[in-house]
Amino acid sequence: MSSSTIMNIFRFILLLALQVIIFSRLNLFGFLNPYPYILFILLYPVNGNKAGLLLSSFLLGLMVDMFTDSGGVHATACVTLAYLRPTFFKFSFGLSYEYQTVKINERLSPERFSFILISIVTHHLILYLLEVFKFSGILLVLTRTLFTTIFTLILSIIIIYLIKPGKQ
Amino acid sequence: MQQIFNFLFKNSILLLFLLLLGVSLTLTIQSHSYHRSRAVTSANAISGYVYEQVNTVEEYLSLKEQNEALAGENARLKKMLFNTQDTVNAPEVKIPLAMGQFAVIQSKVIRNSYSAPENYFTINSGIKEGIKPDMGVVSSLGVVGIVENVSNGYATVLSVLNPKFELNAKIKKNNHFGTLTWNGKNTGFAQLIDVPRLATVRKGDTIVTGAESRIFPENIPIGTIDKVYMDKKTNYYTLEVRLFNDMTSLGHVYIIENKDRDEIIKLEEETTNSNNEQ
Repeated sequence: MSSSTIMNIFRFILLLALQVIIFSRLNLFGFLNPYPYILFILLYPVNGNKAGLLLSSFLLGLMVDMFTDSGGVHATACVTLAYLRPTFFKFSFGLSYEYQTVKINERLSPERFSFILISIVTHHLILYLLEVFKFSGILLVLTRTLFTTIFTLILSIIIIYLIKPGKQ
Repeated sequence: MQQIFNFLFKNSILLLFLLLLGVSLTLTIQSHSYHRSRAVTSANAISGYVYEQVNTVEEYLSLKEQNEALAGENARLKKMLFNTQDTVNAPEVKIPLAMGQFAVIQSKVIRNSYSAPENYFTINSGIKEGIKPDMGVVSSLGVVGIVENVSNGYATVLSVLNPKFELNAKIKKNNHFGTLTWNGKNTGFAQLIDVPRLATVRKGDTIVTGAESRIFPENIPIGTIDKVYMDKKTNYYTLEVRLFNDMTSLGHVYIIENKDRDEIIKLEEETTNSNNEQ
């Protein structure tokens, strides 16, 4: 096993544990729960195995669903985000992203910020659409997506800076 | 044949994505459709263990409130005991009759949820302790939910704060029945719908469980009336009920088993079937 595989497994377990033990129980202002566990999908190596990313994202979402009794909403949102990730890379970093060594856990540039933001918005929008699951709740979906996105974004950036590898 | 393989190989990522999306969407839609339809629940050894560990730490933070709630309940029970008319003779005759139908199992909430549109919480007793699906869950203050999925050592409970939760409830004062539901808006309030118009309702009246419920005993407290609406279409009252329980902090709970439940359901089914045949 290469070191990046081990790093990924470690990240998977750590982010899942943080999510279910701390972040899913925060209930800030009575309804706000951030979901920074999707950092696993964002930090997955750019040139890594695509099937591996899809499968591990599905598993990650399913585990969060299991812990929070939410059916399959996290699994759906995670799989979709994992599938759309290359598109978001292209959108944020330009067409030739695969030939550069893009590492999003380095200095926060506008490209990296837009990539993180668009990923979080996509994930949260799918998540709340499926969780509320009725057309009359569309306003609820939008407000929750907005507030949770802000919260997740701040936490994600903090976490990226905290777990940044020491070697420079 | 070669072309089919080529196609599959070229689009393997898309096909894998569609497969996983199909599986997860099925799980989602299933969970929204009916009772006890979720395939993945937190009633299992892994999440149960994690939540139990987290709960042992969290418990220390709320020890004082838990103790006060239990002491308050003790005081209420003592008051009932001291006020029975003849404390020597009465219980011998009455208690076995009244208690015979219901069994009570003590348990503890290890994970609570109240901010989602559909809420479930997890308790730390399961099949081992005799918990079965569709048992009632009450706290010292009143109704909190109905058991949904059960594993060996844990169970998930359909919270009052879930649109799937429906309970026969009545106004204590005049015995008018309605159905208790939740509209998904406020964690402190539930709604009592379909209350007949001729019922006299006033703000502050107490709502308790009704006799029609096959899950809960009669007269378990639920809340008080906070607002009264008239449904224009049906001419029934909709009552906003302020819950006695603070659903955002649950600790010790009691699981109620109605031993006659199966018998009642069987009897009712037989009756409706024979009516249909006529």
